[in-house]
Amino acid sequence: MLINHPLLGPRDAQEFVYKGDASLLQRPDPMAEDALEKFTDYAYLRDNPAGEHRELWYHEQGDRSWLVVTRNTLTHEILDVQLASEVAR
Amino acid sequence: MDYSVLRVIKEALNNHKGWGPAWRTPTPKPHYDIVIVGGGGHGLATAFYLASRYGMRNIAVLEKGWLGGGNVGRNTTIVRSNYMLPGNEPFYELSMKLWEGLEHELNYNAMVSQRGVLNLCHSDAQRDAFRKRGNAMLLQGADAELLDTEGVRKLYPYLNFEDARFPILGGLLQRRGGTVRHDAVAWGYARAADQLGVDIIQNCEVLGFRIEHGQVSGLETSRGFIGANKVGTAVAGSSGRLLSKAGIRLPIESHVLQAFVSEGLKPVIPGVITFGAGHFYLSQSDKGGLVFGGDIDGYNTYAQRGNMPVVEDVCEGAMGLMPMLGRARMLRSWGGIMDMSMDGSPFIDRTNIKGLFFNGGWCYGGFKATPASGLCFAHLLATDTSHEVATQMRLDRFARGAMIDEKGQGAQPNLH
Amino acid sequence: MSRRVSAGRIGTSAVRFNFDGNQYEGREGDSLASALLANDTLLVGRSFKYHRPRGLLTLGSEEPNGLVTVGVRGAQTPNTRATTQELYEGLTAVSQNRFPSLKFDLLSINDRLSRFLTAGFYYKTFMWPKSFWESVYEPLIRRAAGLGRLSEVEDEAQYDKGFLHCDTLVIGGGLAGIESALQAANQGKQVILCEEFSRLGGALLFESAPLTHIDALVAELEANANVRVMIRTTVQGAYDHGVYSAVTVNTDHIPQSQTKAPRQTLWRIYSKEAVLATGAHERMIAFDNNDRPGVMLSSALRGYLNYYGVLTGNSCVVFGCHDDARKTVVDLKAAGAKVVWVDTRASHQWVEGVESYTNAKVVNTRGRHRIAGVEVEQQGRRFWINCEALAVSGGWNPRIQLTCHQGGRPVWSAAVGGFVPGTKLPPGMQVVGAAAGKFLDGHWEPAWDLSVKGAAFVDQQNDVTVKDIKLAHQEGFVSVEHLKRYTTLGMATDQGKNANALGIGVLSQHSGESIESAGTTLFRPPYTPVAIGTLAGRSRGKDFKPTRLTPSHEFATRCGAALVTVGNWLRASYFPLAGETHWRESVDREALTVRQAVGVCDVTTLGKIDVQGRDAAEFLNRVYANGFLKLPVGKTRYGLMLREDGVVFDDGTAARLAQNHFVVTTTTANAVSVYRHMEFVHQCLAPELDVHLISTTEAWAQFAVAGPKSRELVQRVVDLDISNEAFGFMACAGTKLIDGTPARLFRISFSGELAYELAVPTRFGNSLMETLLDVGADLGAVPYGTEALGVLRIEKGHAAGNELDGRTTALNLGLGQMVAQTKDSIGRVLANRTELAQSSVRLVGFRSDQQILTGSWLIPDGAPAEQAHTLGWISSACYSPNLGCYIAIGFIRDAQDYMDTQMRAVSLLDATDVKVQVVSPHFVDPEGERLRV
Repeated sequence: MLINHPLLGPRDAQEFVYKGDASLLQRPDPMAEDALEKFTDYAYLRDNPAGEHRELWYHEQGDRSWLVVTRNTLTHEILDVQLASEVAR
Repeated sequence: MDYSVLRVIKEALNNHKGWGPAWRTPTPKPHYDIVIVGGGGHGLATAFYLASRYGMRNIAVLEKGWLGGGNVGRNTTIVRSNYMLPGNEPFYELSMKLWEGLEHELNYNAMVSQRGVLNLCHSDAQRDAFRKRGNAMLLQGADAELLDTEGVRKLYPYLNFEDARFPILGGLLQRRGGTVRHDAVAWGYARAADQLGVDIIQNCEVLGFRIEHGQVSGLETSRGFIGANKVGTAVAGSSGRLLSKAGIRLPIESHVLQAFVSEGLKPVIPGVITFGAGHFYLSQSDKGGLVFGGDIDGYNTYAQRGNMPVVEDVCEGAMGLMPMLGRARMLRSWGGIMDMSMDGSPFIDRTNIKGLFFNGGWCYGGFKATPASGLCFAHLLATDTSHEVATQMRLDRFARGAMIDEKGQGAQPNLH
Repeated sequence: MSRRVSAGRIGTSAVRFNFDGNQYEGREGDSLASALLANDTLLVGRSFKYHRPRGLLTLGSEEPNGLVTVGVRGAQTPNTRATTQELYEGLTAVSQNRFPSLKFDLLSINDRLSRFLTAGFYYKTFMWPKSFWESVYEPLIRRAAGLGRLSEVEDEAQYDKGFLHCDTLVIGGGLAGIESALQAANQGKQVILCEEFSRLGGALLFESAPLTHIDALVAELEANANVRVMIRTTVQGAYDHGVYSAVTVNTDHIPQSQTKAPRQTLWRIYSKEAVLATGAHERMIAFDNNDRPGVMLSSALRGYLNYYGVLTGNSCVVFGCHDDARKTVVDLKAAGAKVVWVDTRASHQWVEGVESYTNAKVVNTRGRHRIAGVEVEQQGRRFWINCEALAVSGGWNPRIQLTCHQGGRPVWSAAVGGFVPGTKLPPGMQVVGAAAGKFLDGHWEPAWDLSVKGAAFVDQQNDVTVKDIKLAHQEGFVSVEHLKRYTTLGMATDQGKNANALGIGVLSQHSGESIESAGTTLFRPPYTPVAIGTLAGRSRGKDFKPTRLTPSHEFATRCGAALVTVGNWLRASYFPLAGETHWRESVDREALTVRQAVGVCDVTTLGKIDVQGRDAAEFLNRVYANGFLKLPVGKTRYGLMLREDGVVFDDGTAARLAQNHFVVTTTTANAVSVYRHMEFVHQCLAPELDVHLISTTEAWAQFAVAGPKSRELVQRVVDLDISNEAFGFMACAGTKLIDGTPARLFRISFSGELAYELAVPTRFGNSLMETLLDVGADLGAVPYGTEALGVLRIEKGHAAGNELDGRTTALNLGLGQMVAQTKDSIGRVLANRTELAQSSVRLVGFRSDQQILTGSWLIPDGAPAEQAHTLGWISSACYSPNLGCYIAIGFIRDAQDYMDTQMRAVSLLDATDVKVQVVSPHFVDPEGERLRV
């Protein structure tokens, strides 16, 4: 698999480490009343779609940037790649 | 229609005219007491035990393709009960005992072959962890032995003992572990369930759930609506995309596990052996092919295929462990979809929709669980209570902080 | 007898080889198969189940019968196809799966019992008596199973891996492939062309027509600078995003003694475009006894004649349902053979002087070790024709395997009479030529199952017959997937290339379901079987994973230290002195010396991360459970790091060297994962923070200097006042050695003694180690390794990797108070989940006068050793030379109730049951006074 790194161009996915759904970017408010319930959902429940999936990859053997990759989990086609730090801002 | 050597001989002399279909091809009834979604190992086993042990007669199994065509037909056939945690081990040990009696219970030779499962260790810390797990196995009534290097050498003299990057310090052996012919398990359960009146409906895909006032009333399928008092899903790999049709999110990611078989070779690997310093495990089938595999690829996928890095990684492990394998050739590769759960352990539980029950989250370890999963899921469906060995396999364990985490990796599926 | 009738297209010099103990002579350019045929040796193998005598069916890599073992010991290669093994001087090959010999195989009795041994018979029996499956039946089945044998000796070959990039990958070097490659190259594209055979030309090489045209194209191709031609190279898999795997055979055609090159090379080829020009291969027809030696695919028989100059038989019957059979008839006749042409079709283009039968079929054959005749049926009449060879032309299967590798499904083409690529191809791939079903000529009519009452083979290697297919269907295995699994059709070493299409045709004929709707099973990588050694490449033996050496490795090896593998690191575990014969002597001495004088230990492997920026303290406040905002400059603090799920992830220290500059340490095992996690927190959760991270584990060599005399020793080498007043407990500083070398000094201790960690840039590490021991000799300084390090930290009661097992929480470790509840940090919320927050499990210590084994479980006195009675487990244990007894730390529930009581540490695996006293885990200096002197 190849990931088109926004700065470095196409890199073999073997250079990366996969974390999971990019919903991890939306960390709940830890000080809210319902934090325990929200954090449980955040940490444990997943959409796990058969289709387009936004997910987090880390370029561990490259520039150490985290990327948000939009990839189809049925065909592995990658539709979009962005720097996570830009998405998260 | 009984199977036995006398029958084989009789039919052979009769030009095999007396063998009939191993299972019927029934038309779906409009309503069943219980419908199992998923005609794989777990679904078929559940149906069998519902019929044979809980006396249920009005049940159906719906399978979107051909029965046994999913993960039960794609795994590496290993059976073992060498888990550590009390939420797991009694369950797997029950499964092991059911394997031991399976052929007679089903009248089908599933080739249960208990030639031992050996996990190698390569460091003091690893051996300590194995000691902890082996003791847990013994404390929970299973069998285990801790071997030193010489003990391993007696079983597998051709391992790399000399110039290994990570020397073999010993291993944890479960002699009762081994392999079972996977296709036979599906066919054996299907035939036995069918003989007890279970309707196995193939080529019937569930398109949606009919839920009224928080209670399931049936399934919309590609062959029309089928009513049910209770629905149990056993579609691990596809749990996410099926249960989402009921609006349920699960603590599961779907991942691919690649597995491989070599060309047929004369017997050389006596049991199942796993490498402790790399992701690699190996056994040899009765037809002579080496059956082996390693880690999951690591990314969400439903494509049932993986990529080169894992193929190479697995073979590097093979050569690191047994350099004599260099001249063996990989013949086939395939991939299945795994329900990778958030703690690496499974679920046999009700859902928050009345009448809808869930069996999934088996990660890459579902095959060995087939009999106990079927029995426990049948128990739950028949009695509305958890079987005593499956009480912890609940969906709400994460909310309570009661994870069953054998590897200690936390809420990241691809690390389990 | 020689069957060589011409030079063909190979060389003329003689090549000697040995097969089954017999010496033969072939020609340069022969395959083992063609050389055997030239020597009139037809019998080359025995089938898997029935042990029927078999000869070559094909001349390519899809050969199902001609499997031999080539080479011995470290070069022993089982299941080698005689058709692809190029001949070389001195080649030694033996047949397989027969005892005692090919001609006389005891297990051919299975053939007599074939009616009992049908597909799936083993599922219906072998169940009684219960114990017999494993003790009797299975061992017998396993001994009879398999084909060739591995030598059980290490593979002596080397293998290599390579990476290539191109614009267009052309797969197949026949006419279609060569033309595609030239077209792309002339457009300026970088082209790689891979051809499985040892030369370019493809199917045309095996026809009688002159090669002038294709030779000219090949010359043009090889002269084109944009093209890299790779022969003996098979593209094995089409993976995601234009990544292809390929294998080049480098030395299998050369005597081992003459080459040091890697045996095979695995290529990863990156190409946006691919052209699949793999051609097609012929298939058989199923009729009774269609598997005798001398029965061959029609194109193979004429290929042996045209390319290798070998005429398999002087009298040949050509039988087929396809126009292609005519080429064989013509070529055989031109070579002087007596030819009879049997055609299932009503008419064909007649060949002058050849006896022909149309509307006819072959219904049986005779001959044991080679075919002697065929029985033909025409309009109800049956008669025998004598012959020495039978060529069968059953139609063509385009080689579409790679089109399926990403889930594409082939479709049946009635016009072609074969499966052709479907619409869903791997992105960037197009299919040309015969692989796409475009034949140069050929009218075809279906001929699948012509069996009468005998064994009509569909999968020759696995002995799957028409009867098996019928039986499977009768028993309800109606889908092609079920058919394959139940009968094992298509699961032999030829991967279904010979069996699948024929089997589907036979099934369709019986079930009445059209081939279109029955479909086919998919193909997956590898295209042909690939050696495991090739896929492993150079990652063998000691190179399986990299070996990381510590900066003081040279010093340690010079001292004769015992080394231990910790992850990928090699660390000194202890430093034996002359006269010490047992590791306990050394380790006990080292641990005592540290507490009585001073010791030096290389702790470089622990992760180090530099954290800089205006928000560095705030960042650490988020990743650690305890607080860091108020850590003064020049101070270090123990840091507890949780996972987001509230379980302890790692622990270490953070030292504030300056207002905006911290140095964080981690455990050795988690150096990489902690860094990854910190980058996740920064980039994904808190990108607004001004903070930068860099891993410095390899940049700084770091040494623990521990013991009552450690201050004296360190003061002798650093250019800094480290009196207790100037450099108190947990102080830190960027400084230098007295010789000017930059250094960092941390006053931290994991041993419980007065201690420092001194860091210098890595390249000075070895020399610093030597200096410290040299300069500290009069103080009694000794080097100590990981074993003593372990003893000291257990004596102190410090949690390490064994305790941080990914399931234990801060509460379990006795550090519950460290998790600040008033600030946000990773893991704080979920650590409060009920069963975690209410856990009564705590870290405690154990003492005994007997050895306590790590991995033992704790059981109360008098209770049986069962899970229900366990109280906890031992996580770390050692002999304590400082206390003079065995100690351990571990976890028990309801710890407060058991303090100072006795229980048992039980290891059923070792049959040990040791009485232990439950105590505080801090055995030495529990008040921490020694740390603060």
